[in-house]
Amino acid sequence: MRVELRIDGEAAVAEIDRPGESLLSTLRDRLGLTGTKNACEQGECGSCTVLLDGDPVCSCLVATAQCEGREVKTVVGAVPRPVRDAFIACGAVQCGFCTPGLLVSVADLLEREPDPRDAQIREALAGNLCRCTGYEKIIDAVHAAAEAMSSEAISDGVPRVPARSHLHHNQWINVSNIPRAAGDSTEDTP
Amino acid sequence: MTAPQATASFYRPADLGEALRDLAAHPEAVPVAGGTDLMVAVNYRHTRPAAMLDLTRIAELRAWSDEGAAIRIGSGVTYARICAELATVLPGLAAAARTVGSPQIRNRGTLGGNLATASPAGDGHPPLLATGATIEIASAAGRRTVPIADFFTGPKRSVLEPGELITAVIVPKALGPQQFLKVGTRNAMVIAVCSLAVALDLDARRLGTGIGSAGPTPLTAPDADRIELPWARPDLFNDALAEEFGRRVAAAARPIDDVRGTAAYRRHALAVCAARALRRVWTAAHGTEAGR
Repeated sequence: MRVELRIDGEAAVAEIDRPGESLLSTLRDRLGLTGTKNACEQGECGSCTVLLDGDPVCSCLVATAQCEGREVKTVVGAVPRPVRDAFIACGAVQCGFCTPGLLVSVADLLEREPDPRDAQIREALAGNLCRCTGYEKIIDAVHAAAEAMSSEAISDGVPRVPARSHLHHNQWINVSNIPRAAGDSTEDTP
Repeated sequence: MTAPQATASFYRPADLGEALRDLAAHPEAVPVAGGTDLMVAVNYRHTRPAAMLDLTRIAELRAWSDEGAAIRIGSGVTYARICAELATVLPGLAAAARTVGSPQIRNRGTLGGNLATASPAGDGHPPLLATGATIEIASAAGRRTVPIADFFTGPKRSVLEPGELITAVIVPKALGPQQFLKVGTRNAMVIAVCSLAVALDLDARRLGTGIGSAGPTPLTAPDADRIELPWARPDLFNDALAEEFGRRVAAAARPIDDVRGTAAYRRHALAVCAARALRRVWTAAHGTEAGR
């Protein structure tokens, strides 16, 4: 059967042959969009997190046929540049397998809560498992990204608007205030 | 040309009537909403549905309404929305909803799906038992309602018949403090080792209890609910009373040993949780002992 949806802002069509095919499988195996990672296929790990009509979900638990007319954003289209840069700057990426899912979850968190406390970050990222970093550097990166995005909004002299609508994934962002080493981040972050 | 068979294997009804007709005409179609249980089984090849029926486009299932003394929650309302929108009127259910899975799971998982799966460990069930909720069920033949205490018939079994869909859950608004406690290995992404909901009704001077993951079905604890509480002299409430409540809750449980915990541990944990929950609701309702 034919399913039409939007993926990262562009129209996409998938021809699926069983009703239970997951969105994750369609993205990776049919459409070659491998930014979304497949790890547990049971909603435990968050590697396959995408935004479905704006909400973070595990794409392994969504039937592709449920996505007719829906909007999907993967790590390619959902993540403001400062979030990605902050992960790199803070050492929040090691093996990198969990990173796309974490970036999508962080992008969603920062849109809802521009300056989250540690407890809010931990609750928001509870569905994304990382076996390398021990999470501390990921939390540093969220604070750094929040700071970068808020100072960017101020320096533009425009009122803050929801991040996703004004920060496009390929837009150039000034990242000078992201700490260069993880050790710096504790001084710079709230 | 052959008929487009593959297209017919996934039904996307726009309203409840169409869904019930689809289900009557295609009994093999497996209803799916959030997919947080079904899709795991599909991904692991435990089931391979020939047809599926998508419930996520049915607006009436995805809405809740204020019915005065109760909230009618459409079966397709997600846990994320229960947390965000119903925490003041249904604090016990909202607290339970917040412990479900992770943000990704709460954005998809629905109260109706929790009931349809009917796992003894379902986090939504204890608060529904503690408050005496009612389940609304529909089929092409008509509608019926079932009290939550009569809904579960065994592990992952309920009174839901083929051709029926859960349409809503009617949950009485809180008339006093409520608590939900859940024992697990971490604060997220855990199936309960055991769980407990307590609801104090200050108008009727009544206590309600729901036990999860400690029996073949979610359970009530009628003997514990009947404990004599010092309504006229709230300051007479003491630890001995809380511990007696804990003992009665533990006695109501029918746990087994399994991968998540032993029966003995579950009983012990329930007794501790129940005493703690009763202390908390009583203190919330009447202030601290020192304050009186």
